[in-house]
Amino acid sequence: MSNKEKHWEKTKMHMIVTLCLWAFFSMVVFLFGYEINSMSFLGYPLAYYMTAQGSLLAFVLIIFWFANKQEKIDEEFGFGEKEDD
Amino acid sequence: MFKGGFIQNLPKIYGLYTGGFLVFIILMAIAEQAGASAKAIGIMFVAFTVAIYALIGYLSRTVQVDAYYLAGRQVPTVFNGMATAADWMSGASFVALAGGVYFGGYSYMAFLVGWTGGYVLVSTLLAPYLRKFGCYTVPDFIGTRYGGNGVRFCAVLVLVLASFTYVTAQINATGTIAARALGIPFEAGVWVGLVSILLCSMLGGMRAVTWTQVAQYIVLIIAYLIPVFWISNKIGAGVFPHLMLGDEVARITELESQFGLTKNSAADVKAAGVPGGLKSIAVAHAGVGAGGMAVWKYISLAICMMVGTASLPHILMRYFTTPSVKSARKSVAWSLFFIFLLYSSAPMLATLSKISLMDPNLPTGIIGKSIADVQSIEWVKQWSSQKQVFIADFNGDGILQLNEWFMRTGVVVLATPEVAGLPYVISGLVAAGGMAAAMSTADGLILAIANALSHDVYFNMIDPKADVRKRLIVARVLLVVIGAAGAYIASMRITSILGAVAWAFDFAMSGLFFPLVLGVWWKRATREGAIAGMLTGLAAGTAYLIYVYPKFMGNPAWLGIDHLRFGLIGAPVCLVVMVVVSLLTKAPDAATQRMVDEVRVPSGRSILGRQH
Repeated sequence: MSNKEKHWEKTKMHMIVTLCLWAFFSMVVFLFGYEINSMSFLGYPLAYYMTAQGSLLAFVLIIFWFANKQEKIDEEFGFGEKEDD
Repeated sequence: MFKGGFIQNLPKIYGLYTGGFLVFIILMAIAEQAGASAKAIGIMFVAFTVAIYALIGYLSRTVQVDAYYLAGRQVPTVFNGMATAADWMSGASFVALAGGVYFGGYSYMAFLVGWTGGYVLVSTLLAPYLRKFGCYTVPDFIGTRYGGNGVRFCAVLVLVLASFTYVTAQINATGTIAARALGIPFEAGVWVGLVSILLCSMLGGMRAVTWTQVAQYIVLIIAYLIPVFWISNKIGAGVFPHLMLGDEVARITELESQFGLTKNSAADVKAAGVPGGLKSIAVAHAGVGAGGMAVWKYISLAICMMVGTASLPHILMRYFTTPSVKSARKSVAWSLFFIFLLYSSAPMLATLSKISLMDPNLPTGIIGKSIADVQSIEWVKQWSSQKQVFIADFNGDGILQLNEWFMRTGVVVLATPEVAGLPYVISGLVAAGGMAAAMSTADGLILAIANALSHDVYFNMIDPKADVRKRLIVARVLLVVIGAAGAYIASMRITSILGAVAWAFDFAMSGLFFPLVLGVWWKRATREGAIAGMLTGLAAGTAYLIYVYPKFMGNPAWLGIDHLRFGLIGAPVCLVVMVVVSLLTKAPDAATQRMVDEVRVPSGRSILGRQH
């Protein structure tokens, strides 16, 4: 496999992992909305908390993590960009 | 004080701007104490902020194509995040989101998840690759990747349909706010709103819109957060509401069972003469519905909004303006962070607003009090006269029950400062924030449509030899024409049909999501596949919308897929047709395959140059 192909394989894996995390916080949690709402977090019912704040915060963190790791993958294969803002 | 170029000084410039705005708020507060009328303060807030945006728009004027379409590709990561957040959060988000949560409860909050989760798709699947491509517009990518004017035109079609659905609602919102703040009729307010919008974008295109959107974000987030924190502290709910309202949510649940949640029958509501669009609280604040259908309704709405987010051109094009691919990726994260600040506050505002009205232990509580007393409260009088709130004494006992109190959703944001007894200066600030939110989104949308028509249709299809001057003149003329068309439709007040914001997401998702994603992630995707996918996806989605929407054919929804979710029909059709047709047609040539390979790595030159 060429360098480019290896880079793309790793990029694809990273994308899939990120989308699994995304699917967990956007869908899987709410499959059990009724069941988890009797639990509590910070004093809020859990399903209410997740839809009002928790999942939203998770998405922010997921994207920061995704961007940082993808940058490392790009640099590992020599595809990082030199100029920066 | 300002050494170096404009870009190096951005933090200083916007720091100064924020400080200046805070000083302005304080001056207005002093003016209020000195006896300035509420109306004068409202006018000052809206006029002052709009004048600042217009000044920024004028200072950002340009005669360069790459500055007009891409803001010169030099917008720093964090600032692009703020601009995207303003681009994203519409007048509807600002004014109606908290009200939606207030009346809709948990099932409505699927919108919150949908409108934020979509950014994960944007950052993983699209933004960095489109930035590497270097396109001016979204159809520019489709047209170059798949090759040909036919496919480019299909993309323009979807873009115009989705964006235009959205923009009339925004112009309507600027008109409503301008009309209220300046004390002029709605029809005139719409045109005042349009002129303000065009002042920001006409001379400088993307560059001007970028720098005004940053300024608008700062105004709108200050205007949203100050009331939330102030009310929370005033009623002793907690210093930091987002972490501390657990008790209030529990108290609301307790009060709901005490007062009883009753859904009024449509006949009762009509007989009592409740004005259209006003609602009473009939859904539990924090309760979750049981059963498979409730789960599916929630998740299907979230999916539509997420996939739609990742296909809306006015958002995607913001990431064409960053200096590099990695800054485009980071910029998505910052965008979502700035959006999160407002979206996570909306449920808190709904909670505070609800407890202020419901809790009999609070001086602001009205439920369970005598109707005569409630009707003599100043803010109730004022908002009743504008048909924004209404009391219907269904059981005739003279006591206000929970199901007898009606409000329009926007009132939750617009009136809560008054309800909680905050000074009028805060209401003026909220009006300025709503105006900023509506203007920034309208600007982004009008620019997306006008750029697609000027760059993709005019320059690429009609007159490829046009010089820069002529291209930019055409772009500006289109901007004015599209704005005027939007304002004209908004002034006819039929936006209850056109203004369904969710539809824009479903249209974009039906026609654009898979052609965009597969353009990057599937080399085998062909031009014929893309054309067939876009057209059948859009047609299937639209046909289903007509089939199911009550004002059109009004058939019962299939599997709970109603008119808010028609993208769930369009997008799968688009995917299947696109894959099948692609496999039946000849694979893209070697040059196209190489181009896709190039898009997949961040380093190196962009596919399309700065000037094209």
